Amino acid sequence: MKRFGFSKVMLWLGLLFIYVPMFILVIYSFNGGRLVTVWSGWSLKWYASLLDNTKLMTAVFRSLEIAFYTSIAAVALGTLAAFVLTRIPRFRGRTLFGGMVTAPLVMPEVITGLSLLLLFVTMAQLIGWPQRGLLTIWIAHTTFCSAYVAVVVSSRLRELDLSIEEAAMDLGARPWKVFLLITVPMIAPSLVAGGMMSFALSLDDLVLASFVAGPGASTLPVEIFSSVRMGVKPEINAVASLILLSISLFTFLAWYFIRRAEDRRKRAVQQAAQEESGGWQKSVERLTPPPAHS
Amino acid sequence: MSGRLNFGRRLVIGIPFVWMLLFFLLPFAIILKISFAESARAIPPYTDIIVFAEHKLQVLLNLQNYLNLGEKGIYLQAYLGSLKIAFFSTLLCLLIGYPMAYAIARADKQTQTVYLLLIMMPTWTAILIRVYAWMTILGNGENGLLNSFLLWTGLISEPLRLLNTPLAVYIGLVYSYLPFMILPLYANLVKHDQSLLEAASDLGARTFTSFWKITVPLSKNGIIAGCMLVFIPVVGEFVVPELLGGSQTQMIGKVLWDEFFSRRNWPGAAALAVVMLAILIIPIILFNRNQAKELEGKA
Repeated sequence: MKRFGFSKVMLWLGLLFIYVPMFILVIYSFNGGRLVTVWSGWSLKWYASLLDNTKLMTAVFRSLEIAFYTSIAAVALGTLAAFVLTRIPRFRGRTLFGGMVTAPLVMPEVITGLSLLLLFVTMAQLIGWPQRGLLTIWIAHTTFCSAYVAVVVSSRLRELDLSIEEAAMDLGARPWKVFLLITVPMIAPSLVAGGMMSFALSLDDLVLASFVAGPGASTLPVEIFSSVRMGVKPEINAVASLILLSISLFTFLAWYFIRRAEDRRKRAVQQAAQEESGGWQKSVERLTPPPAHS
Repeated sequence: MSGRLNFGRRLVIGIPFVWMLLFFLLPFAIILKISFAESARAIPPYTDIIVFAEHKLQVLLNLQNYLNLGEKGIYLQAYLGSLKIAFFSTLLCLLIGYPMAYAIARADKQTQTVYLLLIMMPTWTAILIRVYAWMTILGNGENGLLNSFLLWTGLISEPLRLLNTPLAVYIGLVYSYLPFMILPLYANLVKHDQSLLEAASDLGARTFTSFWKITVPLSKNGIIAGCMLVFIPVVGEFVVPELLGGSQTQMIGKVLWDEFFSRRNWPGAAALAVVMLAILIIPIILFNRNQAKELEGKA
């Protein structure tokens, strides 16, 4: 194999294609002039003027609040769904359930947004609940983020050694206890990953929030969108760069954290295997059916 | 004991099941219902299709919203335009993404994780912000960075029209959806057994032949997953055509948005969504089957 094949060149070109526009955005956010494209020296003034923009700042805190509650609920719901999909092989409506868990990944957001809004409006007519606002945005985000969590967590659940859970079960532990004390610690990295992913997805969402938010409850992307529609603005460059930088940092931390946990786990497994290999005869004995004690 | 176990089991299945039924499936029934209503000046702005009058329960189905879709050329154009744009941008993503995924899967383990992180990072960042970055670059006249750059180098003497063109929409779509093509392809390619390729080369197959006859067929599931993850959402995409596209590129997501927010025609928007869903239902089922195989580890 050649060292610099066609695919490697494509990979580097692709990465440049992905990252160059983002770098340009960040660099130009430090541009001092009013004209976005004419460089007139480094300046932080657009960042400073962000702090005075109370409308934008309110939207930032609103978005963070929704993202926080979304990530908690989506992890809980998505983990349950993943557990059902990987551990309960047969029940009525399983195919339907699997479909409902994975379909939100691809469903166009305009459809999900419109249909959820119509549901909320119909519910409000019938039972007077829910009012459009933070609550409805949270429900919409939780529904679609839990699908992502379910995919991440179920791939981890599938890799797990079932015998550990079974052993605990044989020793008389209740299913809930097994889940909380054995399964959850083993899948913890993917729970963190799912939670961070949900946080980011919720923070980023424009379409769902536009549909289901009532007037006056606009989130950060909704605010950005309404000013971006009018064209490029230096102030938006600054806020976009801040989001870009914080999400990158966030992703990097999530990745680092998960990798360290994985490494530690692998090392532990290796160590256990080394200790085991000394007494291989014992393991052979264990594999042969034991004499009936009980 | 078994009774209580059963109860716990029901609870575990029931919570996510009921949530998804209520907030994912039921809304589609409601959207279908409202697509048969008439637009009205009221809150909410549509008529009720179930009316109790003269001691009779009447269901009034108004088909006008659907007839409109067929009669007015703009809707038909928007559907066809969306499908065409989605098809070509999926193809572009596949052509660009496959070699990238292949290169990542062939790299050594340490490098793989770094590449994956670099590919995954953009998917966590708002599509809105990534598309916005292109607005600055593609801006028309002297306002665009690319135009100013090309003028400065002397490659062009007059600024090109870039923003609000189909080209800008394709760039935006490929840019936003490329990672969603690469990730499933990588997940598939990395599982391939290298010894098959070695065997083929020992038997005298050329690199390209063995790639085409072994690697590509084996990665079928990854290709399907990647293409569906790009094609289906792109058909309904709103942000990219809104910010980068002009009047030439009508896409159905944007038309639906305008119908809903600008014209406040809720039943019309609902009918547009129902037809879009009917078009997409086969790709969605295909994706779900593929995904179910992956989720259950049968692939």
